[in-house]
Amino acid sequence: MELSKNPQLLSNIATNERHGENSPYFDGWKAYEENPYHPIKNKDGVIQMGLSENQICFDLIEEWIKKNPKASICTSEGVDEFKNIAIFQDYHGLPEFRQALASFMGRVRGGRVRFDPDRIVMSGGATGANELIMFCLADPGDAFLVPSPYYPAFDRDMGWRTGVQILPVDCDSSNGFLITKAALEAAYEKAIEDNNKIKGLLLANPSNPLGTLLDRETLTSLVSFVNEKNIHLVCDEIYSATVFKSPSFTSISEIIEEMGSEICNRDLIHIVYSLSKDMGLPGFRVGIVYSYNDAVVSCGRKMSSFGLVSSQTQHLLASMLLDEEFVGNFLEESSRRLAKRHEMFMKGLEQAGITCLKSNAGLFVWMDLRWLLKEQTEEAEIVLWRVIINEVKLNVSPGSSFHCTEPGWFRVCFANMDYHTVEVALKRLHAFARQEKLAISSTRYLRNHKLQLSFSFERYDKSCVHVRTLFHRTRCPLTPQYFLDISVPMVRAASRT
Amino acid sequence: MKLLSRKAMCNTHGQDSSYFLGWQEYENNPFDEVQNRNGIIQMGLAENQLSFDLLESWLANNPDVAGFKRDGNSIFRELALFQDYHGLPSFKKALVEFMAEIRGNRVTFDPSRIVLTAGATSANETLMFCLAEAGEAFLLPTPYYPGFDRDLKWRTGAEIVPIHCTSSNGFQITASALEEAYQEAEKRNLRVKGVLVTNPSNPLGTTMTRNELNLLIKFITAKNIHLISDEIYSGTVFKHSPRFVSVMEVLKDRDYDKTEVWNRVHIVYSLSKDLGLPGFRVGAIYSNDDMVVAAATKMSSFGLVSSQTQYLLSALLSDKKFTKNYISENQKRLGKRQRMLVMGLQKAGISWLESNNAGLFCWVDMRHLLHSNTFEEEMELWKKIVYDVGLNISPGSSCHCSEPGWFRVCFANMSEATLNLAMQRLTDFVAEYSTANGHKRLHHSSKNSKKTSLTLPDKWLIRRLNWIRKIQKWLSRHLNWIEKIQNGC
Repeated sequence: MELSKNPQLLSNIATNERHGENSPYFDGWKAYEENPYHPIKNKDGVIQMGLSENQICFDLIEEWIKKNPKASICTSEGVDEFKNIAIFQDYHGLPEFRQALASFMGRVRGGRVRFDPDRIVMSGGATGANELIMFCLADPGDAFLVPSPYYPAFDRDMGWRTGVQILPVDCDSSNGFLITKAALEAAYEKAIEDNNKIKGLLLANPSNPLGTLLDRETLTSLVSFVNEKNIHLVCDEIYSATVFKSPSFTSISEIIEEMGSEICNRDLIHIVYSLSKDMGLPGFRVGIVYSYNDAVVSCGRKMSSFGLVSSQTQHLLASMLLDEEFVGNFLEESSRRLAKRHEMFMKGLEQAGITCLKSNAGLFVWMDLRWLLKEQTEEAEIVLWRVIINEVKLNVSPGSSFHCTEPGWFRVCFANMDYHTVEVALKRLHAFARQEKLAISSTRYLRNHKLQLSFSFERYDKSCVHVRTLFHRTRCPLTPQYFLDISVPMVRAASRT
Repeated sequence: MKLLSRKAMCNTHGQDSSYFLGWQEYENNPFDEVQNRNGIIQMGLAENQLSFDLLESWLANNPDVAGFKRDGNSIFRELALFQDYHGLPSFKKALVEFMAEIRGNRVTFDPSRIVLTAGATSANETLMFCLAEAGEAFLLPTPYYPGFDRDLKWRTGAEIVPIHCTSSNGFQITASALEEAYQEAEKRNLRVKGVLVTNPSNPLGTTMTRNELNLLIKFITAKNIHLISDEIYSGTVFKHSPRFVSVMEVLKDRDYDKTEVWNRVHIVYSLSKDLGLPGFRVGAIYSNDDMVVAAATKMSSFGLVSSQTQYLLSALLSDKKFTKNYISENQKRLGKRQRMLVMGLQKAGISWLESNNAGLFCWVDMRHLLHSNTFEEEMELWKKIVYDVGLNISPGSSCHCSEPGWFRVCFANMSEATLNLAMQRLTDFVAEYSTANGHKRLHHSSKNSKKTSLTLPDKWLIRRLNWIRKIQKWLSRHLNWIEKIQNGC
């Protein structure tokens, strides 16, 4: 008998759904995996636009690796270090690795702050870092406020095994999704009323999925807020080096330096970082917790045993990130290429008549498709999303998976594919938008002329999918006369479903 | 409101144990063959440093791997992006084949049932998160690896209830000990979810007998609970009589693969001991149950193995010529090293658990050196050995041994010369100790003494000394900063 038939043999954590993998965010990935686009082998496949990866600057890293064989413990130049590195499992991490990370983080912030290598705690990617910091700061049942929309996997990372609750602070397009003090206060008060114990606030800056930055004023007011309530502030800054346009990035570390320790209790401030986005190295699992709280550093370090960075990787990246010339060139070039890609993508969307939230960071845009929703509901958004995956063959991420309270927004990634694939994706979006506009105006025409049809013209039910499919294939115009002719294949098909 | 979590404030991480304190003392005064011959020799760290030359020579012959290349083509991009928690298929295949090879191919493993984790530390914790929670317990035979307190209990909230094993039968698990432990858990209102064993055992350095394995299977069948077999030392067996028998082998031999017990047996593995690569953080969970594999795979997101490392090791372990030679040569070297240690022990008049046939250590009997048969005395003896003799060995109490006087002594993490020196120090110590009258205190005359005429430091003092050292470091950093300012930098 499998354990599935006797689930009490497993823990609650193993059997509950708090891993969040049944979210549409991951469904889209599955659709992509079953039918992945390939420029030659599978031109009709699904293009992956739901994976926030930075594939733009690998050539720079590869070139550095070729020029620096000593950084690898596997080359003849570097193998002298093999034994020392292979046995190194000290959870403090290689000193030069921490030094390199501290230096890199400082460079990303334009040298405006210095980071102390002794406050760097390793973890298994930012995934591990977010979980680790929660284990240090909160007990099961405690809550953290997180402005929405937020990265879907925060539910898993922050809450699955820790038992911590996430309470969203809803932001919407009325003010460009900005976090306001009023919204925060309201969310806090409500949480208290509902008997929740708030232990802190988690921010992603730059924001995923918005691609926007928190300005100095907002950050300062958020620091005041947490000090007032004596709760923690965790700033996930993993996209800090993906800022490609002004305004420039302001890190929480700069704010607390400016505020001074009389106003800000530094024991409340923690940063989560990773090299997965800024350098495009998610496979290397380099995550960091940087805390201004000594007890958190100490406890976090012990916990980091559960997800240390491979010493082979520490060794390689220590060399790379201590190469100041490389780092300077990389950061500049990465920013330039991201800007170029973003501009190309935005132009393409503009031509398709699709607007996005104005952004200057991240590896994605926050696309506004509210005009395509039959009704402003989450259900309608999901229906639209399934059409985009199954019909348009683009895996984009629906706003509801980011806990966005306003239906119709989608996160679309642009940095995880080559130039040609971006063009194909834009073409598909263009065609889709055009077709949808046509469908909308046809609906309006039919409604205005009070025309009745022999089958329901529910836009997004199965029959309509058939209609649309056949429309693509036959390129027949959707005229009312055409619909009344039962001998027409698509009407036959529609009446079958 | 307390600022930090209960987990952050408690000491369930177990790092105040003498096991870890001994490491700290070593770090404050580490032996070096050239630079610090009076330092403390580290014999408390179960590392395998005997076969690096074999790995290094393989690397020299396989340059493609170093350059992130496969068949001459760069795969850097592919690796840099690879974060699939299912793991690199070629690595999982190579890993399960390696595991099978270690078991003489008497069992085979399915790559789709392996979950990769960041070291066995993460594997054990992840498995615990899947199988148990607060209010529940796993039974562990004592003595056991001190890190289990942290790995199994700390963040999961689960409990460990000991199965007491004694020297009367070479510390083997008995049916009555299992039953007693179960009753003890019930008395403590803990629901028993399973048994966890280490086979080969740390700290005993012995392989489990078939009889013990059969007992365990009978027990978990009757109680309807899990069995986790941590087999991370499976490749360190240096004497093959008795040979290593994996629990999977016994299950297979007895046709248990058709029964529901099959789904409740899980293996933990790692390359940290067999290949001597603890820095690479390569651990694995192997389970016959789909739900456990599914849940553990999702959880492995919190500690995946670096793709760079997966790639290197998949190439290494796929080389069957290499693995065959490595397994046999590594075991030969371990055997030789263990014989050196036990010769030294013999010379010092110290006995050890003679069934020692695996692992990177020996379970040493120093009961005759205790003034009285108590753990306090064991601690006193331990402090003498660390500070006076300059050997960091691990006291049995840190491994939850129920009998005072046993110590784990590692032999594979140093050169032969260092091991000889360690044995010499031990011999000298025992000789002096024995010539002292009866139960009088030992005169501190060893040249390795820390030159203190005060009473020996205890845990509290060790922590205060570390705190003072931290302040010294902080002061020195700030003095440097002040100097720079004064010099106008």
